[in-house]
Amino acid sequence: MTSLSPGSATSSPPLGHGDPAGPDSLAGVHDHDGAHGGHTSGHPDHRLFGLGMFLVADGMTFAGFFAAYLTFRAVNPLPSGSSYELELLLPSINTVLLLVSSVTFHRAGSALKAGDGARSRRWLLISAALGLTFLAAQLKEYFSLPFGLTDNLFASTFYAITGFHGLHVSLGALMILIVWWQSRPGGSVNRDNPFPLEATELYWHFVDGIWVVLYGLLYLL
Amino acid sequence: MTLTLPPQAGPAPTLQPTGWLRYFSFSVDHKVIGLQYLVCGFLFYLVGGALAGAIRTELLTPISDFLPRETYNEVLTLHGTVMIFLWIVPVVNGAFGNYLIPFYVGARDMAFPRLNAVAFWLIPPAGLLLIGSYFIAGAGASQSGWTAYPPLSLTTPATGQVIWILSVLLLGGSSIFGGINFIATVLKMRRPGLGLMQLPMYCWAMLGTSILVVLSTPVLAGTLVLLSFDIIAHTGFFNPALGGNAVVYQHLFWFYSHPAVYIMVLPAFGLVSEILPVHARKPLFGYTTMVYSILAIVFLGLIVWAHHMFTSGTPPWMRLFFTIATSFIAVPTGIKFFNWLATLWGGKLSLNSAMLFACAFIVNFVFGGITGVALAQVPFDIHVHDTYFVVGHFHYIVYGGTVFVIFSAVYHWYPKFTGRLLNEPLGQAHFWLTFVGFNLCFAPQHWLGLNGMPRRVAEYDPQFTWMNQLSSAGALLMAISTLPFLVNVLVSAFRGEVAGDNPWNALTPEWLTSSPPPVENWKGEAPLVTHPYGYGSAPDAIDLKATSGRDLWSSGRS
Repeated sequence: MTSLSPGSATSSPPLGHGDPAGPDSLAGVHDHDGAHGGHTSGHPDHRLFGLGMFLVADGMTFAGFFAAYLTFRAVNPLPSGSSYELELLLPSINTVLLLVSSVTFHRAGSALKAGDGARSRRWLLISAALGLTFLAAQLKEYFSLPFGLTDNLFASTFYAITGFHGLHVSLGALMILIVWWQSRPGGSVNRDNPFPLEATELYWHFVDGIWVVLYGLLYLL
Repeated sequence: MTLTLPPQAGPAPTLQPTGWLRYFSFSVDHKVIGLQYLVCGFLFYLVGGALAGAIRTELLTPISDFLPRETYNEVLTLHGTVMIFLWIVPVVNGAFGNYLIPFYVGARDMAFPRLNAVAFWLIPPAGLLLIGSYFIAGAGASQSGWTAYPPLSLTTPATGQVIWILSVLLLGGSSIFGGINFIATVLKMRRPGLGLMQLPMYCWAMLGTSILVVLSTPVLAGTLVLLSFDIIAHTGFFNPALGGNAVVYQHLFWFYSHPAVYIMVLPAFGLVSEILPVHARKPLFGYTTMVYSILAIVFLGLIVWAHHMFTSGTPPWMRLFFTIATSFIAVPTGIKFFNWLATLWGGKLSLNSAMLFACAFIVNFVFGGITGVALAQVPFDIHVHDTYFVVGHFHYIVYGGTVFVIFSAVYHWYPKFTGRLLNEPLGQAHFWLTFVGFNLCFAPQHWLGLNGMPRRVAEYDPQFTWMNQLSSAGALLMAISTLPFLVNVLVSAFRGEVAGDNPWNALTPEWLTSSPPPVENWKGEAPLVTHPYGYGSAPDAIDLKATSGRDLWSSGRS
């Protein structure tokens, strides 16, 4: 049976009367010899892989928004008196806050894997605090901006994109607090079950990465 | 012949209901979910078909007499949305994908069974929401077509449009969850020893489709959220009156909706690649080129969207690029077409219902493909844009292509689903009615479009009358063709000839178990099928029944 590969099946005389299956009646069917080990007993954990793919999809949503924003900016002139200029101080501080929170979250993960639950929880709280500070600063920026949601095309796009990102940060901060609660002594998240923390961490890094792109496109460009 | 089943601990007992009740439950069994998708999708097909019947009845005469114009707009919007998002996409992906993929990779279930159930159960509420919007007094369903182009979608009644957006968002979410599940299952759940290039072709088709789903559906979702802001909050993203840009909507919409054509047709390619070798008793021709063709279609499918927008003021460079990219898609598609022909060539064909539908798919699809290449050429496209030529082309792809394959697949896998065969004379009647009706309905539409009949209108120039009546006669035949099929699937479930485990002597893994299969798919170990198309030409070369007990799931003990 080893002589047959899908390649050989296709390269055998295709239009004639070749016998690619060979004499064996069950050319395609192999016995399971047990040498491959037990596959069926446990369900392997593909949840992080699945989350990764979900984040690819989520990232495509942002990509669509960014593409729309760039096209608007290139094609549609703003009414006179409006501009694309934004205050840079607060969002720049916010960028630093988020980047630092990624580092602190990573610390939390490392601590959990090292078995130091208490230290992990401290880092989690710090990460959540950084995220909430980011949100507060974002709200402060919203209320100090000279334009509202429907004022012009840039205003609408700005609020839509930053708002969608802010929703992600809110959800992330909530998830961090939940993981913080779950990783209490005797809780369900610990060294042997780090998945909730790992998943939240992956998500949090994603949200930070999106912000960096957003900051570059909306504030710096 | 009894099967020797090695003593094997089954999966832990679950609280899942058994019997027919499980089809109405939040079951996590991929086979139950697959059939839920199939039956639910078929019910929506009947709704969409009734809407198509209303459209063709209205178009019997040049004046708007059967339906008021607004109602006609609602009907055509619902027809397109129901057929695409509630029938074709869920069935050709969700139904057969869920039923077959775990078998093909040698797994007991999908990678994420609960997510799978969630993905299915998003569909019925979304569908009912969409159809229910028609009955809202004073508002009615969306009237802006399945494309929901602004500014049209901003000026038609808002309630129906917002419900339409909500419904499509739910269905898009369902589709993304399904896509993530298929990718994880194909890449991560393969039985040890089973390589990627040994998988049945449908796995590759579903992998490619799911990549498109994950990359493009979120863009549509984001776009529709912005559109809903335009409607509800009066922002101006896509509203030229408020300084917005309607063409950006078209770009974002087609960034999903062109790949959506491949999301509808690539799985059909995969299914037909499973069905043809079995009934032709020959290996699938050109396995490797099939795989690379699928991947090429996935890549090219993502960069051709603006060929839907040649009349939207697209700059010349864009027209040139998208014409060339679109024409390139004909290459991998042509490779697949010739591979199917070569699979049939010299085969020992059994022209049963499954095979007839599969062969008719090839005929219909090549016609739709050729008009597709014609439409990719800017000068031609500008002439026929938004005419019935496009309607004809599109239906040759999605009905002549995908729906024919869905019927073929039902005839092919029904024995596996139920343990009973479908009635063959009824199946042949279904086929010939569908084939003649379909071509009678949609072939004249090419002529109509070339002569200038616009689409999406309830009234037309009287010179087009009798060609429209011909088309409507075809639609009537298609409606009638549903009856033998319905009778067949309902009666055969109870009175059909008992099929046995493997009535087609097929080699793919779903046939190497009982019909219907046990909850855990195989009693004992999953078989390792490394050559799913290893059909020989000698008539006695395959005798699965005589050897199944020893070869299929023994663990080397018997």
